Amino acid sequence: MTNSNRLSGGQIDRTKPLNFQFDGKSFQGYQGDTLASALLANGVRLMGRSFKYHRPRGPMTAGSEEPNAIVELRTGAAQEPNTRATTAELFDGLVAKSQNRWPSLAFDAMAINDRLSNFLTAGFYYKTFMWPAAFWEKVYEPIIRKAAGLGTLSHDPDPDCYDKGFLHCDILVIGAGPAGLIAARTAARAGAQVILADEDFRMGGRLNAETFGIGDLGAPDWAAQQVAELASLPNVRLMTRTTVMGAYDHGIYGLVERITDHLPQSPAVKPRQILWRVYSKRAILAAGATERPIVFENNDRPGIMLAGSLRTYANRWAVTPAHQVAVFTNNDDGHRTAIDLITRGVTATVIDTRMDAKSLGDYETLAGGVVSDTAGRLGLTSVQVTLANGAQRSLSVGALGVSGGWNPNVHLTCHQRGRPAWDDRIHAFAPAGTLPAGMSVAGAANGVFGTHDALQSGHAAAIEAAASLGFAPQSIDIPDTRDAPVNLTPFWHVAGAKRAWVDQQNDVTAKDIKLAHQENFASVEHLKRYTTLGMATDQGKTSNIAGLAIMAEVAGKSIPEVGTTMFRPPYTPVALGALAGRSRDQDFRPTRKTPSHRWASEQGAVFVEVGLWLRAQYFPKPGETHWRQSVDREVLQTRKSVGICDVTTLGKIDVQGRDAAEFLNKIYANGFAKLPVGKTRYGLMLREDGIAMDDGTAARFADDHFVVTTTTANAVSVYRHMEFVRQCLCPDMDVHLISTTEAWAQYSVAGPNARKLLQKIVDPEFDISNDAFPYMACGDITVCGGLRARLFRISFSGELAYEIAVPTRYGDALIRRLLDAGQEFDAVVYGTEALGVMRIEKGHAAGNELNGTTTALNLGMGRMVSTKKDSIGATLSTRDGLNDPNALKLVGLRPVDRTKPVPAGSHIMTKGDPVDAAHDQGYVTSACYSPNLGHHIALAFVKSGDTRLGEVVRLVSPLTGVDHDVEIVSAHFIDPEGDRLRA
Amino acid sequence: MIIIHPLLGPRDSSEFIYKGDAALINRPDWQASDALDQFIDYGYLRDNPAGLHRELWYHEQGDRSWLVVTRDTTTHEITQVELARDVARRQGRST
Amino acid sequence: MAYSGFRILREALRGHRGWGPAWRDAAPKDHYDYVIIGGGGHGLATAYYLASVYKQSRIAVVEKGWIGGGNVGRNTTIIRSNYLLEGNEPFYEFSLKLWEGLEQDLNYNAMVSQRGILNLVHTDAQRDAFIRRGNAMILNGADAEFMSTEQIVAKYPFLNVNNARFPIKGGLAQHRGGTVRHDAVAWGYARAADRLGVDIIQNCQVTGLRIENGTCLGVDTTRGFIGATKVASCVAGSSSRIMQMAGMRLPIESHVLQAFVSEGLKPILPGVITFGAGHFYCSQSDKGGLVFGGDIDGYNSYAQRGNLPVIEDVCEGGMAIFPNLGRARLLRSWGGIMDMSMDGSPIIDRTHIDGLYFNGGWCYGGFKATPASGYAYAHLLATDTPHHTATAYRLDRFRTGHMIDEKGMGNQPNLH
Repeated sequence: MTNSNRLSGGQIDRTKPLNFQFDGKSFQGYQGDTLASALLANGVRLMGRSFKYHRPRGPMTAGSEEPNAIVELRTGAAQEPNTRATTAELFDGLVAKSQNRWPSLAFDAMAINDRLSNFLTAGFYYKTFMWPAAFWEKVYEPIIRKAAGLGTLSHDPDPDCYDKGFLHCDILVIGAGPAGLIAARTAARAGAQVILADEDFRMGGRLNAETFGIGDLGAPDWAAQQVAELASLPNVRLMTRTTVMGAYDHGIYGLVERITDHLPQSPAVKPRQILWRVYSKRAILAAGATERPIVFENNDRPGIMLAGSLRTYANRWAVTPAHQVAVFTNNDDGHRTAIDLITRGVTATVIDTRMDAKSLGDYETLAGGVVSDTAGRLGLTSVQVTLANGAQRSLSVGALGVSGGWNPNVHLTCHQRGRPAWDDRIHAFAPAGTLPAGMSVAGAANGVFGTHDALQSGHAAAIEAAASLGFAPQSIDIPDTRDAPVNLTPFWHVAGAKRAWVDQQNDVTAKDIKLAHQENFASVEHLKRYTTLGMATDQGKTSNIAGLAIMAEVAGKSIPEVGTTMFRPPYTPVALGALAGRSRDQDFRPTRKTPSHRWASEQGAVFVEVGLWLRAQYFPKPGETHWRQSVDREVLQTRKSVGICDVTTLGKIDVQGRDAAEFLNKIYANGFAKLPVGKTRYGLMLREDGIAMDDGTAARFADDHFVVTTTTANAVSVYRHMEFVRQCLCPDMDVHLISTTEAWAQYSVAGPNARKLLQKIVDPEFDISNDAFPYMACGDITVCGGLRARLFRISFSGELAYEIAVPTRYGDALIRRLLDAGQEFDAVVYGTEALGVMRIEKGHAAGNELNGTTTALNLGMGRMVSTKKDSIGATLSTRDGLNDPNALKLVGLRPVDRTKPVPAGSHIMTKGDPVDAAHDQGYVTSACYSPNLGHHIALAFVKSGDTRLGEVVRLVSPLTGVDHDVEIVSAHFIDPEGDRLRA
Repeated sequence: MIIIHPLLGPRDSSEFIYKGDAALINRPDWQASDALDQFIDYGYLRDNPAGLHRELWYHEQGDRSWLVVTRDTTTHEITQVELARDVARRQGRST
Repeated sequence: MAYSGFRILREALRGHRGWGPAWRDAAPKDHYDYVIIGGGGHGLATAYYLASVYKQSRIAVVEKGWIGGGNVGRNTTIIRSNYLLEGNEPFYEFSLKLWEGLEQDLNYNAMVSQRGILNLVHTDAQRDAFIRRGNAMILNGADAEFMSTEQIVAKYPFLNVNNARFPIKGGLAQHRGGTVRHDAVAWGYARAADRLGVDIIQNCQVTGLRIENGTCLGVDTTRGFIGATKVASCVAGSSSRIMQMAGMRLPIESHVLQAFVSEGLKPILPGVITFGAGHFYCSQSDKGGLVFGGDIDGYNSYAQRGNLPVIEDVCEGGMAIFPNLGRARLLRSWGGIMDMSMDGSPIIDRTHIDGLYFNGGWCYGGFKATPASGYAYAHLLATDTPHHTATAYRLDRFRTGHMIDEKGMGNQPNLH
């Protein structure tokens, strides 16, 4: 039955046959077909099953508004669930599967729901499944979930790549139908930069589906001619297969361009889709209109579709679902479908709700008739007509086209919460005054339905838009067109006792709407949410108005009194991959590497993510099988001799200007005004709310020059904060800031032999002896024979230590030189783990302690907050709640049984107290094994901890099974007097 | 959104970091007799208007200017963009 | 009229003629003991518990539009009690317990589904913080489990563990967390409150608070003045607008949070999962849609819609942990307005005006709090003392320095 339903003509290339499979069966179509048109050509009307009742369904439309014919396209990792057969371009080798059915499309066991529909009314699930309580998750819900859902998503990573791009234009024209084409041409001729985007793979919109003429040409040919002219203009970008998904603030539109979806395989170099962010000065929405159905009993059988779509299939794709068809209409446009079909040799009868309807051609018209029922389990076989006089008549037809009129595609006008208004002239909602800024609406999208009028409307919109941007647009001739007015008399719903579908995908029937009204779910939003009307993958493009009309009917109101619903972005569903673009896998976020990264890799370093940075965590040596072996070695050797660590990731901010010291006084809680040149000071920064924000050092290189360091994590936010203080709070201080984090490579050299090692590379004219360069000294030096460097004598480890900084490009060379120079001392390199161990041993607070809720008081630095000057956070830090005598204090912990760990995240209980939240005494912030002490240690915040040194408390972590005793000790496990760092 | 930077012209708002009400420029005098009360109001209470809102944005991916943007919180329409430093000076923070 | 499976059978056989309105459309009376402003989840729950637990009567809920049209009608449906701080955890655990008995209590199936929630962990510091949190949960009587990466992969086999920018180092699970059919919460409370005599007055916008001599006497509305002994604001998202009528400035900014749903898919996600190195959380509804969200847009807004950068950021987060999501499609996105408070925690308190009460500042965690918020607010309204799980939610906590800052972000609402 190959192409048994193919007619003559159409915009398909019969020289390019394409083979494809649907549900395992092979078929043939042509280049230019969609999956739906090709299946219909092959006599296949049944393409899917509905969501709830699993009713057999075929295509209802020929476009992106399709509710029924949705399939799983492609296979394996490339499988795309819920793909509209009506928009999927046919390609050679296409494989598609029907979905939401078992075991097969023709026999679906879940269709039992259809038999039970009387029990499964709108919202039935809210009223039952409550007993016994435990059964919901265990019994009812799994069954419901299994039955629900539509297509199946693969578990495999999406094999395609996606891209993002940015475009700028004067005028974005959305939709390439008659209004859009002429708008684009008018605007382009005026000299504007124009983007014309259309979701279809062939521009022309409705013109591709019509047989009337425009000027001397047939409608599709006229469209092609316009497109050709536009393509020749350098200031026009034509974007086919491009959906404008959303209208965002300030003229920004989201566009999704499908690059390879119509190809058998994505060429490796091409993304599957591109998300474009278009910055437009003006936009003209020319998105056309969508036909709406009339609701009647059993109106959902395969073969029943919108009349305009039936015509589209015939004219554009030379396809008819059947050779005997009927059209059910309330307007003249339905007759046009009958005429076009008859012209192509199909037999047609028209049922017209209007009593005075007349045939406009050689076919029978049943004026005043309505379709009251239909038959055909897997496809339409006949329709039952109730004639004007009440008599019944059955028509044997395989297809029925339904036309209840047309609704302007107002969707994008609603994306910024604009509401359309009811227009009595067209009996539909049309865009009202609440448009996104810069948007105007033309053609059928604005309720202008005649083609000639649409052309004029598009032309006028472009003239206005171009003129508003300062161009001098010229009028162009509007060609004559020969389409007729539609003469619609509203008719929404054929009343009856059986089920009549409003939302076909979600199986919302007219009865459901009546029940919702009966139960007071009468507001439009309640109706939608209670019945799920309009919540399916088509967002109710064909169903919302019928639902409103029926609600109006039962409520005794007009449609606008019932209300309208909001259309939300995206216009049609968008692949998540396109929205994510290239930000996936390793490229999810940028990776920052320090200047010593390559060197560390050569050393076999294990790296760890620290924000966006990769830092060396530890450096395993041959024979070390556990990370602890490496870390213990690095710590012990550093404390014994000397270790080197890359600390480049610390934030570095250069502060210069006459008022630099005053400025630091403002941002640090402790004083900096009196810091002598050549000295470094530890600084604690508070947020304005008095909570510790960050800590670090500030080194004074000159009266008017400081170098501030921040933690790695807060480098960006501290700099931002400092700029806020500078620009917003102290606008006339003479101070300038620049972040130099990336400008300097910085290494810590720590351990008893640190000075000896450095002396080997620091140029001899710089005396770094303890007397000349004591603890907390800083200075500009040169190393390795003239390379400028900065030296700070500061210590995080508690050892005699320095940090040395050189311009970033010398970072790799310096670490190699340091290691060479350190060979005689058996110098080690250490990573972030050993760094952490040594700072815990020394009792230095870090990120785990500066967690955004701790005060200077908690950290044991309460006295650092100067009350003699104004600094950020000082005033609010005096609030009572932050000065509780029982406040948490930073202490050390060590296990009573020295073999036990003291894991971070554990809580602390007073011995003998119940273990519960009410008796919580604090928590462990940081923990490690101390190779110097030979047991685990930890830092913790404990209530009044500073007065409880020596107390044995209970350490509990019910989450991880910890419960043993620990002793509260000073946080300074190593060298509490600080002799080493001053050595 | 697009913020028309007074020095750099139109810029996508994703280049900026938002802070909040531009009243944050008016940091109280720490030596006022009711300084704590003033700081509590400054730190925690907001007009939060539905309508025109003067607010601070920081051009983090750009020139690191702090800007005062006047924007309608019901429509997102931006009617004025100023350098925060100019605003701060105008509001007497030069001392 | 009680709902039950039996009743559905009976009605099915009688053409469903017997179902009455789920709630009455009440006309406003002259005076009530309690007027609750806001017919969202919290307001309706407050009315229900006032009537049911605290045996109060003459209660009205006034709603400017249709009930359930605020954030209970647009959220990502998650319930959980995985909080860290003492001011929060007992309250949210109380809420979770109320969720567990909600359907039997209300005689309405809101589809409370304890599918579990899992917070992924990507760094050692994050693991330490989550262990501390999990312990706090257990110490407060909630459930928590720290899952290994292997255990997580067994549940989510398509998780990106081999090629992830930020490796997964386990996760904190709360198995009693899950999802609820959000609209049904509003409807269930409305129906149950209505059955106890509460007047639910839709399309009734409050235009002013009538305050004389420091006492609130009632509300002016688009349907006239309604007198009240106690007026209770419960309009998160619009709190500043209502309380401004009483001359109050709040520690709150209004921000837009977008949420997203995909097309329906056959079951793939068993529970709720959150990404710890980006902004993405996701669950799958009973209908099959992936319901997901991320960060707020970050600027003050009452516009109930967001912008592209956040949409992209959220989908990037999704693809980062689930690289198979690329071919699922975003069906709908929407924006809701959040009361973002200065410490990320809510407020349930009296005001300095007699007879005027305030409930708000829920940030984007209000949905899960619905039952406890209603219960605690009802307790406060009926007894003038805070409920024992909500003693920390005071308006003056910023003055006294008793902030409840779970994230440690300080007084900047858009960071919570």
